[in-house]
Amino acid sequence: MKIFVCVSLVPDSTTKVKISDSKKSIDENGVSFVLNPYDEFAVEEALKIREKNGGEIVSISFGTDRSKEALKKSFQMGVDKGVLIKSASNDFDSFTVARNISDYIKTQNPDLVLFGKQSIDFDGLLIPSMVSEMLEIPAISVVVKLDIIDGKVTAEREIEGGKEIVESKLPVIIGAQKGLNEPRYPNLKSIMAAKSKPIEEIPASYSGIKVGIKEMNLPPAKASGKIFTNGKDDVKELVKLLREEAKVI
Amino acid sequence: MSKNILAFAETKDGKFKNSAFEVVTEAAKLAAETDSEFTVLSIGTDLQNQAESLAEYGVKRMLTVEISELNAKCTSSDFKYSPSSFSKVISEVAKSENTGIIILSATSLGKDLAGRIAVRTDSSVFNDCTGLRVDGGKITATRPVYAGKSFTEIYSESENIVITIRPNVFKAVKSSKAEIKTGKIDINTLNLSETDFSTRVIDVVVSSEKIDVAEADRIVSGGRGLREPENFTLIENLAATIGAATGASRAVVDAGWRPHSEQVGQTGKTVSPSLYIACGISGAIQHLAGMSSSKCIVAINKDKDAPIFQIANYGIVGDVFEIIPALTEEFKKVLSN
Repeated sequence: MKIFVCVSLVPDSTTKVKISDSKKSIDENGVSFVLNPYDEFAVEEALKIREKNGGEIVSISFGTDRSKEALKKSFQMGVDKGVLIKSASNDFDSFTVARNISDYIKTQNPDLVLFGKQSIDFDGLLIPSMVSEMLEIPAISVVVKLDIIDGKVTAEREIEGGKEIVESKLPVIIGAQKGLNEPRYPNLKSIMAAKSKPIEEIPASYSGIKVGIKEMNLPPAKASGKIFTNGKDDVKELVKLLREEAKVI
Repeated sequence: MSKNILAFAETKDGKFKNSAFEVVTEAAKLAAETDSEFTVLSIGTDLQNQAESLAEYGVKRMLTVEISELNAKCTSSDFKYSPSSFSKVISEVAKSENTGIIILSATSLGKDLAGRIAVRTDSSVFNDCTGLRVDGGKITATRPVYAGKSFTEIYSESENIVITIRPNVFKAVKSSKAEIKTGKIDINTLNLSETDFSTRVIDVVVSSEKIDVAEADRIVSGGRGLREPENFTLIENLAATIGAATGASRAVVDAGWRPHSEQVGQTGKTVSPSLYIACGISGAIQHLAGMSSSKCIVAINKDKDAPIFQIANYGIVGDVFEIIPALTEEFKKVLSN
């Protein structure tokens, strides 16, 4: 099988966000960048499918040179090789990324394209479904279970209060949700092997944006609350306040 | 006169969801502020008789489409969905209605459709917005990024925009009842082909009868302070008493105590209920990001320095095993009066 996994590099979830002076991005000082957590589920699923069906896994990242780190992390987990679609700037949106990934993949005859369902920075959830429309390949996103048998695809997609059982066929695009699998930790051998895996660099095919950022802000500061310290003796007073002051009960 | 606005109204069990009324309220507001007309579109069977419920929100025109092809193969009695056919129907109707703005709720369905419709209609996407404004005839939006650690003001380079609004954030407001006209669009005029049904939902499995954390107006969440998975019955009892959904911290989800669907935070769900009660949750940055926009936050934790108290409106420092049962009893008492 020919499998593609699209990966990106994001600030670690423990990051305390500060806004840069331009107010159009976050202040990256002291921020550590990691492989997007949802992409780990996508990479793991690709590896499991390759173990079963054989084939090759190529990871793709769109971004500046820094995005090579995301490809390298996928190599350490077991991906065979990578493609960096090089953006000239950091000024891009979901549409830019989807367009570039689609332009590359359409020349590649994929059987399967995996994404993390969203990146944990801009939380767009848009790219798998945009690529689906651009390539006219079906997509199922927010997937927590995936079975592929003889080209027939059955997936469980998480929705409010339950799951949809979705049927499709290869080639298909999958957006991975937490719960799909347990991503493996790289071991020393796989870390060493990753060093010799090739990254092909290609220029971006499209650089326009459709949505721009006017300004980024921190959430409004919260006034300090009423904190009681007498344990269960304060319960009565708390409920009274929830009823009469906050009016939420 | 601007281009028209199309509001997509989502249904469940043949009725409009509350989030659909939030969408039409916002559509009506945008239409008034941009001097344009708005129409509601919905997909399903026998929806004409639901028109009156929309009229109460000032809707003057509703279009419905029935995709009978979806009835085949789907064993679920509830909502039947296939992404490609839905996005094609909405996009084709939008084009024939000279639409500029398409607005949906940021539900599982809305988020799945937004990017697809945008590609088909050559639109920008404002996804999962918590604020919308019209400024000099142009719409700008606020959307949380980094799971709510930052709020970003965004604008569109294009006149066409697909907007999804976060459920529970915008209020559904009734207005003077309108005279509503309804129309049924013949599916055969929309040129759907076999490939539009290549992906389809064949069944829907309801995980429990409980309210989903993403849609709930009240949430009671538990963390590692509960010590054992069995102790979550305390959380469930408290939640049941006040009609709340149950939530969980990442620590207890990763430990396998609770299902991932309950996780609140940066790799779980971002929520903004009226009331959020955090029990035995210290408040890691990634958890706070997912719930800090709740209207009223109550924290119960034995550690007075726990970060959760910094964003709580109310809190009790103390033992969760004493406080949760006492709180459950007190709620029962006041609610029975």
